[in-house]
Order: sequence, then C-alpha cells, then structure tokens
Amino acid sequence: MPASTYDLGRLHGGLRLPGEKEKSTAMQIRVVPVPEHLVLPLTQHAGDPAQPVVAIGEKVLKGQLIADAEGPLSAPIHASSSGTVVAIEPWPVSRRLGEPAPCIVIECDGEDRPVEHPEPIVPFDELEPADLLPRILQGGIVGLGGAGFPTAQKLMQAASLPLEYLLLNGVECEPYISCDDVLMREYASEVLGGAQVLMHALGLEKCHVVIESDKDEALHAISAAMKDLNDPRLLLKQVPTIYPSGGEDQVVQLVTNREVPSGGLPTDVGCVVQNVGTAVAVYRWIVQGDPLISRVTTVTGDGVRTPMNVMARLGTLVSDILTFAGGYTDRVEQLIIGGPMTGKSVSTDRVPLVKSSNCILALSHVQALVDERPCIRCGECAIVCPVMLQPQQLYWFACTDNESKLRKFGLTDCIECGCCDLVCPSHIPLTASFRQAKARVREQADEKARAERARQRFESRTERLEIEKKKREDELTEQKRTAREAGVNAIREMVKRARKKKAPSKPEN
Amino acid sequence: MWITVLTAVVTITGIALLAGLSLGYASRRLPSSSEPLVDRVNDILPQTQCAQCGYPGCRPYAAAIVRDGAPINLCPPGGEETVRRLAEQLGRELVPLAAPAPDGNVVAFIDEDACIGCAHCREVCPVEAISGAHRFMHTVISDECTGCELCVSRCPVDCISMIARKRA
Repeated sequence: MPASTYDLGRLHGGLRLPGEKEKSTAMQIRVVPVPEHLVLPLTQHAGDPAQPVVAIGEKVLKGQLIADAEGPLSAPIHASSSGTVVAIEPWPVSRRLGEPAPCIVIECDGEDRPVEHPEPIVPFDELEPADLLPRILQGGIVGLGGAGFPTAQKLMQAASLPLEYLLLNGVECEPYISCDDVLMREYASEVLGGAQVLMHALGLEKCHVVIESDKDEALHAISAAMKDLNDPRLLLKQVPTIYPSGGEDQVVQLVTNREVPSGGLPTDVGCVVQNVGTAVAVYRWIVQGDPLISRVTTVTGDGVRTPMNVMARLGTLVSDILTFAGGYTDRVEQLIIGGPMTGKSVSTDRVPLVKSSNCILALSHVQALVDERPCIRCGECAIVCPVMLQPQQLYWFACTDNESKLRKFGLTDCIECGCCDLVCPSHIPLTASFRQAKARVREQADEKARAERARQRFESRTERLEIEKKKREDELTEQKRTAREAGVNAIREMVKRARKKKAPSKPEN
Repeated sequence: MWITVLTAVVTITGIALLAGLSLGYASRRLPSSSEPLVDRVNDILPQTQCAQCGYPGCRPYAAAIVRDGAPINLCPPGGEETVRRLAEQLGRELVPLAAPAPDGNVVAFIDEDACIGCAHCREVCPVEAISGAHRFMHTVISDECTGCELCVSRCPVDCISMIARKRA
C-alpha cells in the first residue's frame, strides 16, 4: 500500500453499511451519446436561479452560455451540446421531488459543435487569485458532491479568511454511489491538476486528498499520479469507511480532528473542502477551457440491467441514461436520484440529470414500510448520530412543534444522514420529521422577521405622520398669528390714511 | 422605653416617606410601567397593521388591550393562536375569535394597466409598501406588504386584488 495511514480523527457515531458498489465499478466510465433533447433547469445549484440569455428558437453551440448567474449566490449554465432552444418552461426536476421547475429545453442537432472559448486560456499560475476566482464563477462550476453550492462563491468567502487546509473530498461513504471512486481511478491527474488550481486560488501551500481506506484502486491511481506530478504540496490521506464520513464537516473532523462549530462552516476552523469531481471541473475549465457541461454519475441498483458509471451531458433525461444502461429489470419499483440514504425519490424518470446528481438508483424493493411504533427511548439514535444530537428528544419537540427547544437541541445542525432512521427499533421516520421541522422553523423565523419589519415600518410611518401633523399645525398657528398681526396693522394703516386724508382736507375747506 | 418606641416609629415613618417620594418621582420621570406589557402584547400581534380590530394598527390595539381592557379576540389575521397567547400573557379567559380568520398568506397586487395614479391606496397603506406618486402608476412592494387589504376598498377603479404571496 503506497499511501501512508495517519492518525484518524474521532468521529462520533456513524454506521458501517454494506457498500453495494462492486457492480457499478466493474467497468470503465461509459459516455452517454448526445440525446434528442436536453432539459437544463435554471436552478441546478444552491441560491438564486440563473437568468436565461437565449431566446426560444435561437441556435446554440456546445459550451455556449445560455443562462447567466443572477444575484449574490448563483451559477451560470452552459449548453451541453449544439442545437436549438425550443422552450423555456417548467419541467419536472428531482430537486423538488418531481415538481416542475423552469428549464431551458434544447433540441440537439447531433453535431455537437463546440463554441469558441470567449477568453484565451492563460496559465492559471500567471493569474492573480483575485482574477482567477471570477473566472471560476464563469465556468458554471458548483459543488458536485450533492449540495451544489456554487464553487466560486465558496472560494471567495473562504479566500478572505485565515486558512490552513484544503481538503479534496474523495470520501464516498453512501452505499451504491461510486462516481467519485471511478473518477479518481480514471482522471487522477486531472483531480490533482484541479487541486493545484484551487491551492493557487486560495493561496494555500498544502492540499490533502482524502479517500476511504477501502478504495484500493483509487488510492493507487492518486498516489501514482502524485508521484508523476512530484508536487510536495499534495498529500494523500486515508479515512476509515464509515457512513457518513464523507459529509463536509465529518471530513474536516476526521482529517484535522477539529470540530466545525454548531451553525458554522469549515472555514471557521481554517478548512476548505471541495469534492474531487469539483476539482476536475475546475481543472477542465481553467486549464482546458471547457465549462461544466457533463458529469460522471452512477447508474445502479437491482432495478437496472447493467449497473455502471456514465459520463453524461447535464440535461440528459434520466430515462435516456437508464436506456443506455440496458433499461430497467422487470422487478424495478423505486427510482431515487442520489443515494439510498440522502437521495430523493422521484415519481417519473423524465427528470433531467443536473450538476448535483451523483447517482441514479433503481431499486426492486421499496424500503420496508413498517408501521411506526411509539418511541421506547432506547437512545440508539443518539449513539449513531454523527453530529452528536439527540434525535429522540428532537423528535419529541418536532411532534409538539416546540420551536425554541428544537433550536436549543440543535435541529439546524442535523445533516439528514438517515442513520437514526436505520437503527430505530420502532421504525420512526426521524429524518423526514426533522426535514419538515427544519422547514417549519425556517418559516416561523421568516414570519417573525416579516412581522418585525412591518412593525418598524408602521412605527416610522406613524412617527412621520405625527411630525407632518405637528408641522402643519405650527404653520397654521404661524399663519393665524401673522394674519392677526396683519389685520391689526392693516386697521392701523387705514386709520392713518384716513387721518392723513382728513388732515390736508381741512385747510382746503 | 418609650424612646425605643419613638425611634422605631420615626425610622419606619422615615423609610416609608423616602420610599414614597422616590416611587412618586420614578413614576413621573421613568416610562410608565404598563409600556413593557404593551410591547409584549404588541409582539404577540401579527403586525399586519390591518386595523380590522377597530384600532389604527397593532400597537394601538395592544395599548387598548392593556390600558382599557379591550377584548383580546379582535385580531382575525392572528387567528386562534394569537388569542390563546394573549390570554396566556394577560391571564384572561380564552374566548373564540370574533371574526373568522382570513385565508392565509396574501399580498395586494395592483393591475398597473388600470391604475390611474390617484395615490389613495398609498395614503392608507400602514407600512408604506405602495410606491408611486400622484398621476403616476403605483405598485406594491410585495416583500413589505402585510396583506391587510386596507388599500383594496380605497381604489376608485378597483384595480387592486389580493394574490398569494410568492415563496422566497
């Protein structure tokens, strides 16, 4: 084993789950051909939707910008192949549980003609980090690990803070998913090239590539590539195979033994974490000039005929990818976008592949829907919780909608990993109730903020009206006073004039 | 022995006098003690400023509840939940809502083609969420609108309607 094993930081709880990854890693990454239609949602990232910059009927080329970033947290979107924009309309997406969201639909011409790169490619180390970061934004790159946070904004936020570690997250702990594994096997040098770009952008002199200890081939590939590159700043780090060690905060804790504070970010403890796929995307954009228009995704589960990893264009319909993988088996019952623990179940396979889709999972058995029974307070959930929450208490408060208690017991720190669901002997859907409770807590906070703003506006209006009223009254009194004075003066004046008139008239008479 | 009694009487009287004076001074100079309670009651109210309670806003209603003992069930937007919390806060009896609670989360919307720019709606908006000037088109800043519907009846051309609030 070429990679040295280091001290393994402590991680609370977690589970050892069966990997189920062998089937999909059996063959190399296969490229899905250009589909008939591409459906590109305007929101493929955390933050504000991108704004379309093409019109219906317009011809677009592969890699052409079709929607630009809008607002402080957003990412642009590029056409994944050449063709004609035929619609900008709502289409079912996996992100909102199959609910439609606005998408740009492109009818492909099959020629796959690329657009010319808008700016000449400059070697990245000749660019200042301040110039490099906006360029990363233009590539439409978002975190490919699942959350889809725009990479450039994450780097910009981090660049202004004191940093120590750059961690490339190759820890793919969720069962079935293997896209990062095969990506590291086949694109090891691009992963490391991306690491070099990211180090330059952040001004860091060290980068850890973090991989689980059971991924022998990926470890070999990365360490061989490191030897070739001979860059002493790159380090390889192994972590144990425990779910959910691949969560951002968990990787930080495993590698640095520092705990990300409640409600905080890894930058609070001097760390930046990027997915290995994101590093490849950064490399391809900055060094080769290709924006993010495709990604590796795992097509697996016992509901699909040939499990494999595919390189597919963003916007390809999941149904097209499944057909490429041999179609469904006869027993398929459930389709999940993402992994079995954190993925979203969808009711249709007409949803598009988006930047954050790391897995398409077709299962033959619907996860056992056993009747929920009362909580027996066994505490198993608290033992496995990786962020050291007490799910049994949180569940109690979620049932009674006790907002302040939910906050106090750290609901917002729940990473929705689903470990508590798996171990609960009463089969209580804990994660689902936490997800709902989070939404409710957020809603209540919004409501409160809105009421507070309305109160302030009402009070300032009342104040303004009072000031205006007083001003009017003052003016009126002033007017009355001057009018009264003017009246008195006018009478005096008249008397004077009358006297004057009288006085000279006397001698005449 | 009577000297001891006298000392005690004088001391107690002195303390009482001092306390009385300082309390009297405090009640004149410092803000009245009912104000914090008005604030707390105001915090419970939904701040729609809709005046459906018959008072010109949430704070005036809060003040009326605390000072004049106005009924606590006059706030339809707050719903039964607000009545319950008011009853809890003030130790009053729980009563059903006087008028039915309105149907949730709406904001005013001005049909800008029909607007004649009379500015009547702008004048009544309790949170100044309507922008525009005389003879110019008005529009609702929907983020600030509380959905109080006060502007709807003031529009002479009936161009204001209530629509569902868009989720952020």
